[in-house]
Amino acid sequence: MVLSEKYQLIQKLAKDFTEAEIPSELQDEIDQTGNFPQELLEKFAHYGFYGIKAPVEYGGQGGDTLAYVLSIEQIARVSAVASIYVSGANSLGSGPLLLAGTEEQKQKYLGMVARDGKYPAFALTEPGAGSDAGGVVTSAVRDGDDWIINGRKAFITGAPIADFAIVFCKTDPSRGNKGITTFIVDMDLPGISFGKPENKMGIIGCPTSDIVFEDVRVPDSARLGEVNEGFTNAMKTLDYGRLGVAAQSVGIAQACLDEAVKYAKERKQFGKPIAKFQAIQFMIADMATELEASRQLLYNGAIMKDAGDRQASMYCSMAKYFASEAANRIAYKALQIHGGYGYIKDYRIERLYRDIRINSIFEGTSQVQQMVIAGAVLK
Amino acid sequence: MKIIVTAKQVPDTNEVKIDPIKHTLIRDGVPSILNPDDKNALEGALALKDPYPGSTVTVISMGPPQALIMLRECIAMGADDAVLLSGRAFGGADTCATSTAIAAGIKKIGDADIIYCGRQAIDGDTAQVGPQTAMRLGLPVVSYVQKVVEVNEAERYAIVERQLEDGHEIVKVSLPCVLTCVKELNEPRYMTVGRIIYACETPDIIKIWSEKDVDLDPSECGLNASPTKVDKSFTPDPKGKGEMLSGTIQEMSAALVGRLREKHVI
Repeated sequence: MVLSEKYQLIQKLAKDFTEAEIPSELQDEIDQTGNFPQELLEKFAHYGFYGIKAPVEYGGQGGDTLAYVLSIEQIARVSAVASIYVSGANSLGSGPLLLAGTEEQKQKYLGMVARDGKYPAFALTEPGAGSDAGGVVTSAVRDGDDWIINGRKAFITGAPIADFAIVFCKTDPSRGNKGITTFIVDMDLPGISFGKPENKMGIIGCPTSDIVFEDVRVPDSARLGEVNEGFTNAMKTLDYGRLGVAAQSVGIAQACLDEAVKYAKERKQFGKPIAKFQAIQFMIADMATELEASRQLLYNGAIMKDAGDRQASMYCSMAKYFASEAANRIAYKALQIHGGYGYIKDYRIERLYRDIRINSIFEGTSQVQQMVIAGAVLK
Repeated sequence: MKIIVTAKQVPDTNEVKIDPIKHTLIRDGVPSILNPDDKNALEGALALKDPYPGSTVTVISMGPPQALIMLRECIAMGADDAVLLSGRAFGGADTCATSTAIAAGIKKIGDADIIYCGRQAIDGDTAQVGPQTAMRLGLPVVSYVQKVVEVNEAERYAIVERQLEDGHEIVKVSLPCVLTCVKELNEPRYMTVGRIIYACETPDIIKIWSEKDVDLDPSECGLNASPTKVDKSFTPDPKGKGEMLSGTIQEMSAALVGRLREKHVI
């Protein structure tokens, strides 16, 4: 796809910025220690990456979905974990606010994210409510002008470092999906505690943990959208949020291909670089083709979304489903090309292989995407 | 203050091919970037906007329409607007014709207090266009500026550090003036997402001027006004990595003498 000057420059900015700010030594350090430098997150916000899609009047940059996915792709190509922060801020964190926020809520919370680099967590998943998101049991009960929240959210990306969270609570247990309400909850309120950060396989450097709510009192002004309409809000956010995961998949897959190509040209066996062997060439050809197909699905999904196409949600699911599965295949082949060295942590492909694994799982597993796609096709 | 920055779009590679007839660079198919020294010049100009709010920074370049994206990059970094001198007449210009055109453009923009140029472009490496432009404008020039100590708009002077091989000199220069900047001057900022959108969606933020717009005759422009002939252009073989000696002066001297003896130099 030929990109206009605007999108070329956004790509360039994301690439130049991430390559310069997160060199390979820092990438290794983050992966080894789990510590992502806070000042780097503020820098991402300063240059506009936390509010790419947020409107200018709320401190955002006024960009569109294509600008967002191009940025995420380039950031993920350098650092998968950095792209998690950026996509979290833009998509799952800001999405519900943009969809359902009052003017006051948007001014306050979108500004906190887009301008000040505060991190918003998206608290939907629970120990018993994963793919079945409607099964949440965390409750919010009316108490005068306030609400009292009780329950436990699980696998919440960035929870321990989040400044506030978008929390989905059951407000009418008799109504299933139609009994869920969304709240904006500041993370320093009494009654909130966090589980131990999960010891994850990849994307190390962005802590994932439980959030526990024990009689957490929030005012009614913290309610985001109408009572019992939270599920729609969550689904709409996830519909498009998954494009961010597709973009991460494309970026990580590109990094895998880059590493495989570099290694295949350097590594000599039987007296010549292994890139000269057809067995390796065919793998590289498959990787490059699947990557390009993923990228086209991604950009197409973003353009559909920006155009307000009625089928956009399906195209986004297709992009997420295909790109994340393809990226896993690409990572597998890239590691295979590295042979034994690929299994050693000294080589970047080892981390990429771990980082990509989550992409076919979070923000809707591949199987959930298949349900969405089939649902749309069979309608 | 009114600040003007000169910028050039250059090929991002050492493998530049030369047109065998015109003896000029073939740019097709080579990725292009904002010349690195010009990026420092732009940062120098943008840094002046803080102490002098209300200042404007205008970037001027000469080149084909492909250079527009580079000017948008400059605006996305913080420049207010830009001018591209573009047209057939400007084609094939050497430094002599380029500085004529740039100086004419700067005159047309008018009332510049400071003109920031990069020291040199990575494709030609001549370091001539900045000083030549100053000459044509009749302005003082300080080349190899590595630090701007003070700019005093009211009293019409600037104090800058000029890089020398073995140190620096401090130069006081009257305004308006031309400064050519080295990379040590600063660390250029990045673009921002919002500025990119602004730079690409604001109509007429970049003006495109032909030779007529800057009151030049075609005979004063481009290949017609370029006495330079490139005899040969090639990529030199890379030099091997040098060896850095360490230790006390005595140890390093002894090691150096040893190396020279090994090679039968002494």
